[in-house]
Amino acid sequence: MPRPYQFIYMTDIAVIDYGMGNLRSVSKALEHVAPAVRVVVTSDPHEVIKAGRVVFPGQGAMPDCMREMDARGLRQAVLEAAQTKPFLGICIGMQMLFEHSEEGDVAGLGLFPGRVLRFPHAAMVDDKGNKLKVPHMGWNEVHQAMAHPLWAGIGDGARFYFVHSYYCEPATPDLVAAFTHYPFPFTSAVARDNIFAVQFHPEKSAAAGLALLGNFVLWDGSVSTTESCASSSCM
Amino acid sequence: MPLAKRIIPCLDVTAGRVVKGTNFVDLRDAGDPIEIARRYDEQGADELTFLDITASSDARDIILHVIEAVAAQVFIPLTVGGGVRQVDDVRRLLNAGADKVSMNTAAVQNPQLVADASARYGNQCIVVAIDAKQTSPGKWEVFTHGGRKNTGLDAIEWAKKVESLGAGEILLTSMDRDGTKSGFDLLLTRAVSDAVDVPVIASGGVGNLDHLVAGVKEGHADAVLAASIFHFGEYTVRQAKEYMAKHAIEMRL
Repeated sequence: MPRPYQFIYMTDIAVIDYGMGNLRSVSKALEHVAPAVRVVVTSDPHEVIKAGRVVFPGQGAMPDCMREMDARGLRQAVLEAAQTKPFLGICIGMQMLFEHSEEGDVAGLGLFPGRVLRFPHAAMVDDKGNKLKVPHMGWNEVHQAMAHPLWAGIGDGARFYFVHSYYCEPATPDLVAAFTHYPFPFTSAVARDNIFAVQFHPEKSAAAGLALLGNFVLWDGSVSTTESCASSSCM
Repeated sequence: MPLAKRIIPCLDVTAGRVVKGTNFVDLRDAGDPIEIARRYDEQGADELTFLDITASSDARDIILHVIEAVAAQVFIPLTVGGGVRQVDDVRRLLNAGADKVSMNTAAVQNPQLVADASARYGNQCIVVAIDAKQTSPGKWEVFTHGGRKNTGLDAIEWAKKVESLGAGEILLTSMDRDGTKSGFDLLLTRAVSDAVDVPVIASGGVGNLDHLVAGVKEGHADAVLAASIFHFGEYTVRQAKEYMAKHAIEMRL
């Protein structure tokens, strides 16, 4: 269900800062793809609510991220943004949208049904019997599972940079916007309405990542891939 | 397996310039770090590593400006090491635009630093650099202070220890091979890589592209690091990646 967005918002991007690490990469990459857009790194809930679009990053451990987000009184602002404006979750910022994480047995925001699981030690072997390392670190292929404006100009199977030990397992397959193999297929992007969230780091993924961020800056928050296609049935 | 092996050009930086030496001595000027970083990014480098080898602590802030400038122009992961002594050094480097911070001597002197930095910023951004030298067949020990001081620690045991403390990646340099262009110490690389679950970057000794292939295939490295073969124009990063791909190694091309 696409929603209308007020044009007045279109110049501001809030990168939500809840004290968990380096957000400079995210803001620099956004400034690079959209030099005319004002990018604000902020921990102020009012700034988040005022912004036209929101980036929700995350680093470190999910329990710490949830705690620090709440300590800054950002939960309501994040939930409101996730329901009203173009919203991009990155890495732990994707994981936090789900109901629960195995990491520290912590509850997430519950916007999406499903869980966050650790790569199971016993499964981490490739088809030649070689051990696969955790964190899953490096450039892996992202296979697009739905048409979406954020994939515009990005080849199916393009490589993005990952670094994570936990992955999201949505309870409903219709959320899956992309999957990646390590060694089994896991969900590397999800999308619903105005929310798009990725496990990889577009801000560190060279041309493919910058293309995705450029698409996000232009995105109106609907899931249709053309302007004439306004209903979700033509996805 | 679709996860690509990584090629990581390494820039040794002192006083704002990239330098290259043999066994940590006889440094030669190799150029401007920002210019070199941009060139490697254009050639398809998967990550970049900067090692601040500045001797005096009062010149340390120069690296922060270098990283800030690179991070505003190059959108691939950046690792920075050299002179990291405390959690606050990690914070300053991350804030300047580093994605990962590498620690070496300080991790040996104070292993709690690895644990504290990892707990604060996550293991994905904590790299422990291990400089190892063979002391007898099949046995390598950890050296610090740029290779001058033997700690007596067994390299494989130390790798396992730093993994348990919270290192998310290990940058493994053979002191015997560094600067020699005779190839990685493959036995060392394989022994460490097989002993830990976190990714291992092989370093020290690359002289040609076959050495990179061997680092992955025989050394079981997850990533390979090289400096002089790229700095002095012997090979481009792209040539190296294409060569590895031709040898059936998964690469991002």
